[in-house]
Amino acid sequence: MNLVAPESLVFWTTIIFVALLFLLKKVAWKPILGAVKEREDSINEALKSAENARKEMQNLNADNLRILKEARIERDAMLKEAREMKESIITEAKGEAQAQATKVIEQAKSAIESEKHAAIAEIKNQVAELSLKIAEKVMRSELSDKNKQIKLVEDMLQEVKL
Amino acid sequence: MVSTIKPIKIFFSAIIMLFSFVQFSNAQELGAENNGDVHHSNQEEKEFNASELINEHIGDSHDFHIADWKGHAISMPLPVILWSKNGIITFMSSKFHHDNTGEVVVEKNGEKFVKIHEQIYQINEGENAVILDNENIPTNASRPLDFSITKNVFSMLMSAIILILLFSAVARSYKKNKNAPKGIAGFLEPLVTFVRDDIAIPNIGEKKYARYMPYLLTVFFFVWINNLIGLVPFFPGSSNLTGNIVFTGVLAFITFIITTLSGNKNYWSHILMPPVPKALYPIMIPVEIIGMLTKPFALMIRLFANITAGHIIILSLVSLIFIFKTVAIAPVSAMFVLFMSVLELLVAALQAYIFTLLSALFIGQAVAEDHH
Repeated sequence: MNLVAPESLVFWTTIIFVALLFLLKKVAWKPILGAVKEREDSINEALKSAENARKEMQNLNADNLRILKEARIERDAMLKEAREMKESIITEAKGEAQAQATKVIEQAKSAIESEKHAAIAEIKNQVAELSLKIAEKVMRSELSDKNKQIKLVEDMLQEVKL
Repeated sequence: MVSTIKPIKIFFSAIIMLFSFVQFSNAQELGAENNGDVHHSNQEEKEFNASELINEHIGDSHDFHIADWKGHAISMPLPVILWSKNGIITFMSSKFHHDNTGEVVVEKNGEKFVKIHEQIYQINEGENAVILDNENIPTNASRPLDFSITKNVFSMLMSAIILILLFSAVARSYKKNKNAPKGIAGFLEPLVTFVRDDIAIPNIGEKKYARYMPYLLTVFFFVWINNLIGLVPFFPGSSNLTGNIVFTGVLAFITFIITTLSGNKNYWSHILMPPVPKALYPIMIPVEIIGMLTKPFALMIRLFANITAGHIIILSLVSLIFIFKTVAIAPVSAMFVLFMSVLELLVAALQAYIFTLLSALFIGQAVAEDHH
């Protein structure tokens, strides 16, 4: 092989290569590697945040489910409570109504009783009075003649059996 | 897209400029022919010599040969820069009128130069023509220091410009586009990340690789693009830069310097105080030092041999047509050349990868922490 002017090639290769190295380092490699690194970082970051979001979503879902479950339990509890309350209210109301009714009946009974007593007493009074008046009238007529007076006494005496 | 179009435009205008240059040199040559320089016409009568042709193509030269037209060489002249005893002398290589025998004497600043087999000699003072001995070595001339822009240097400059345009375009595209890379960046970024993730990090280590990334990337793309330029069979390609042992030697030497300068205590202790009985030191230390030197040497030889071999095979296949002097062999030749060229495309990338990988490996060994 014909090595033409090896010193020329050594000289120019060194100069050109070193110049190229520094030029490319400045205008190309640094910006390119920087940009690539930056993008890789941002991609990794994005993937990580996507993963985080996914996890959060999962958590959120789990939370939602939990809350839903809790809500259902609470609703059931509330319904149960309401039912119980209704029942108790009804029972209570019934009891009270019963008591009230009993009381009213009782009162009515006692009122009736007392009225009855009063009425009986009244009737007794009136009967007594009436009897007295009748007796008076009878007496008056009976005692208007003498015979009759004697007869009466006799009757009465007859009645009294000693 | 604007960012990618612009460098391409610049690149093409550069090529057009080069071609206009060629036209100019061509006109000069034609003028020279009229002045009685007729050695070209003799060339066709000469017996075809494949090894001469191949040697010429894989070697370097002072002008960039493009084609032959009716027996005249068409080539782009390149600047000749000589450092003679009296200082720096420059002229265009077209002044030699493609002469490689020492017949054309170029006189500049009172000094006379001739070109013999692409080597420029300065004729001793007081003499007007070069005298050659039996082995075509001049007896009355000496070689000045030659810093000419040869075909390989030109090729190298071109590749450097292409790399800068390409990668600065990529770098600029990131300023506008923060999303996934597209266009030219989409094509080159995987290569950059390949060098980082598959060459630098596994061999040098996550902690220290960043410092060496610019070198590894530059060497990878520089070797690769020059391998590719060498595969282009016509102007401005076809130079055999990465198949030139001087070029590969300089790159290997740079790797060696980086390796040596980044060697840590652990690295040096392995070389100067290997973990063997002290009695073996006189043997082990020289062995370790030779081992240190064989690494860049292997780098140099591997790239040189691979690329040169590829060029030689392709040129030999083409030469078959001329050796057999029949056009019937041309289709066979063309098919083999096509096959070899595709293979060489692979080799071009592979050798760039291997050069970078081994550089990274050597650097990695130099910066490795002690495992004992």
